[in-house]
Amino acid sequence: MRIRFEERREPSKLMQVVTPVAAVLLTMVIGAVIFEAIGYDGPRAVKEIFFTPILASYKWPDVGRKAAPLILIALGLCMGNRAKIWNIGAEGQYLIGALAGAGVAYFTENMQGPWIIPLMLVAGIVGGALWAAIPAFLKTRYRVNEILSSLMLVYVALQLLNYLVTGPWKDPNGHNFPQSAPFTQWQSLPKMLWGTPFPPGLFIAFALSIVFWIVMSRSEFGLGVRVVGEAPKAAKYAGYDADDMVWRTLMISGGMAGLAGVLEAATQGGQLNLGFPSGYGFTAIIVSFLGRLHPLGAVVAGIVLAISYVGGQVAQTVVHVPNATAGIFQATMLFLILASDVLVRRRIRIVKPQPSAQVAARVAESAT
Amino acid sequence: MAGPTDALAKNSSAPPRLELRGVTKRFPGVLANDNVSLTVKPGEVHALLGENGAGKSTLVKMIYGILAPDAGEVLWNGQPVKIPNPRAARKLGIGMVFQHFSLFEALTVLENIALGLDSKASQRELEAEIRRVLDLYGLKLDPKRIVSTLSVGERQRIEIVRALLLNPRLLIMDEPTSVLTPQEVEQLFETLRKLAAGGCSILYISHKLHEIIALCDVATILRGGKFVAECDPKKETSKSMAELMIGANLKEIARPAGRAFGEEKFAARGLSLPKHGDFGVALRDISFSVRAGEILGVAGVAGNGQNEFMESLSGETLATTPDAIVMAGAPIGRLGPTERRALGLCAVPEERNGHAAVGDFTLAENGELTARRRMGFMQGGLINASRASAYADKVIKTFAVKALGPRSTAGSLSGGNLQKFIMGREILQEPTALVVSQPTWGVDAGAAGAIRQAIVDLAARGCAVVVVSQDLDELLEFCDSLVVINLGSLSRVRKVGEVSIEEIGLLMGGVHGDPEATVAMTEHLHAHPI
Repeated sequence: MRIRFEERREPSKLMQVVTPVAAVLLTMVIGAVIFEAIGYDGPRAVKEIFFTPILASYKWPDVGRKAAPLILIALGLCMGNRAKIWNIGAEGQYLIGALAGAGVAYFTENMQGPWIIPLMLVAGIVGGALWAAIPAFLKTRYRVNEILSSLMLVYVALQLLNYLVTGPWKDPNGHNFPQSAPFTQWQSLPKMLWGTPFPPGLFIAFALSIVFWIVMSRSEFGLGVRVVGEAPKAAKYAGYDADDMVWRTLMISGGMAGLAGVLEAATQGGQLNLGFPSGYGFTAIIVSFLGRLHPLGAVVAGIVLAISYVGGQVAQTVVHVPNATAGIFQATMLFLILASDVLVRRRIRIVKPQPSAQVAARVAESAT
Repeated sequence: MAGPTDALAKNSSAPPRLELRGVTKRFPGVLANDNVSLTVKPGEVHALLGENGAGKSTLVKMIYGILAPDAGEVLWNGQPVKIPNPRAARKLGIGMVFQHFSLFEALTVLENIALGLDSKASQRELEAEIRRVLDLYGLKLDPKRIVSTLSVGERQRIEIVRALLLNPRLLIMDEPTSVLTPQEVEQLFETLRKLAAGGCSILYISHKLHEIIALCDVATILRGGKFVAECDPKKETSKSMAELMIGANLKEIARPAGRAFGEEKFAARGLSLPKHGDFGVALRDISFSVRAGEILGVAGVAGNGQNEFMESLSGETLATTPDAIVMAGAPIGRLGPTERRALGLCAVPEERNGHAAVGDFTLAENGELTARRRMGFMQGGLINASRASAYADKVIKTFAVKALGPRSTAGSLSGGNLQKFIMGREILQEPTALVVSQPTWGVDAGAAGAIRQAIVDLAARGCAVVVVSQDLDELLEFCDSLVVINLGSLSRVRKVGEVSIEEIGLLMGGVHGDPEATVAMTEHLHAHPI
């Protein structure tokens, strides 16, 4: 008996939904086994990581706070990844977005007015987009691989943050801590909105996911994104310029990461410090794939990953698993979701040997 | 190798070289071969004839060990055998020349052949062996040449030599003439006849009926995966075999008599483009003019600049000056595909999958690729999905595309049906000018007839049509005028009916294996028209 993968005539719609769910479930099983094997209470760790954040309502604000940037960044990445333009540097664009917002805050320190926050948000979007424009320029002009250039720019952005909060933007009243001055009330957003436990960023993320869904599925630009990723020659034939798509998708995903960054800074920290970088830009890559590069999928996947973040912290205190636990679960999930893609395009068939003795005899004969 | 000892060829008392008994192969959702039986005698040239999707490829893949039959028997020289893989097939003495060659462009003929061999031989031994085979069959090929400098005909000879080196007793040829000039076809037939005379059986897959009549002793006709008939092609006509093949009466292309052409609709004037990449072809001073209602055929052997020509007409590559390409009086040389389409220029590139259509997209989405603006799908900046779907449905119905509906993916359609959809998608946009490459490439006779008829009808409605094809018969069948593309230049325009197939063959480059000789010849022909 042999097991064989057979190409499907059409990608299975059912499998497209089933495989991400299966990947999450399998992640739980594998995680439980691994942590059990290295001496922790595996099932308990899985319970704390994946279920406590849902069951315990006091964890919801935390989940919402983590989900917002993950979803926002992932929405942009879904678009880029669809076009097979790989922006790995969303973390850098996220930081630059936050820095641009903080820059507006720095220069409006003594000003008041409801216009400051929108200005900060716009600055964040523009900052992130411009940071992503660098790999776009390098790719379209010099054919530099955007995976490498965007990733390397993350570390440039980190150094820029370090320089600014330890240098020019350091809070003069901050007892020499490497941090910016706290944002004023005109520069901050509420941590919870409309009596819900969730921050404004989450509502913006939900609204934008609808916008992205419509743009991706129904706009001429969205059609171009999908064609360019599937068949570059067909895209050219349909009137889309490949370089133009590189610019647009990179700048849109950069702008989304920048928006996530400035929202995070204005909502949560109220200031920038060395602890601001969080890895959301990298985790959002997992979110985009777990969400099947679909804007609505990104919302669900963003919440799942946010749960694993929050749950990871719970498990650290309750089951005493190490700090890297959430990361291990997230990586396992990405691995499984990518691996399970095989099932979308192929079916598993078990090939039984032909029962007839006649055939067997014939095989033996031809083998001699 | 085929020696004189094999003179028992066609001896009826000898067991058949190959016999298939009730072979069945099922794929998910399709019965590709249903109880097919076939007998090939030693030294026989046996045609395997059928429409696309009739199961020819599946059948030969089972003979060559690429697929395993679900049921049925394969007998080799009277002995039941099982062929688990191509290596086993070669060991038995079965060779195959595929429609698409697997050659490394940057390597020499000799290196390419060495790479494909199961056993290792020294370069010198191999070269001697290759030269012996070339001599034996009168094949012209220089083992030291780099493949990228060779014509398609020569490339095919590499594949043939590769197969002949293994002393095959059965050679399978899959659509071998689709890319050859008439002269090359004649050379190929000579080789195949010599092979058969030496006792090697040949299984010849084709849908070109006059070739089968000229070459084959027996023809087996498949339809829908089933055996339909075995016949002697010499006693049949093209029409009678075609009807067996498609299972219906074949319609002649209906063309209105005494057609008059309108004013010029589409033209190129001195279009030149530098070559792109190592294997590209530069376009040199291309000029032509097509009037309303006229169909201009562009003949030529593959790789003479057809792709570059197509892309510069469709707008995928921009010309250097606006007036290098003119449509209905407007200079469009510097406009992209979308703007050209808006002005009424539609195009169908040669490659169906990944160029003219996207396999993973639905037919409705594939309709959006080119028809979104011309057919008014755009509404408030968004593509109206129901209009796109309705248009795809209209194409499916008008052109009798076998598909479940607008939501089927393009990849789920057979080649011929997808081609019908693509052609329909462009034709129903009622273009002012239509540029098509290889409209019936790999398409069965029934679908090909429908596509040609649709092009003729479109022209009759006043469209200017340019058809690029390597199938000369096709061009002669329905074009009004003809040019030949050779090394990126166009010959003088000829009227169909005033030009012989031999002349065109010469223009296509009877000596085109040698680029310099071809340039010289082309220039000579341009200077002294036949």
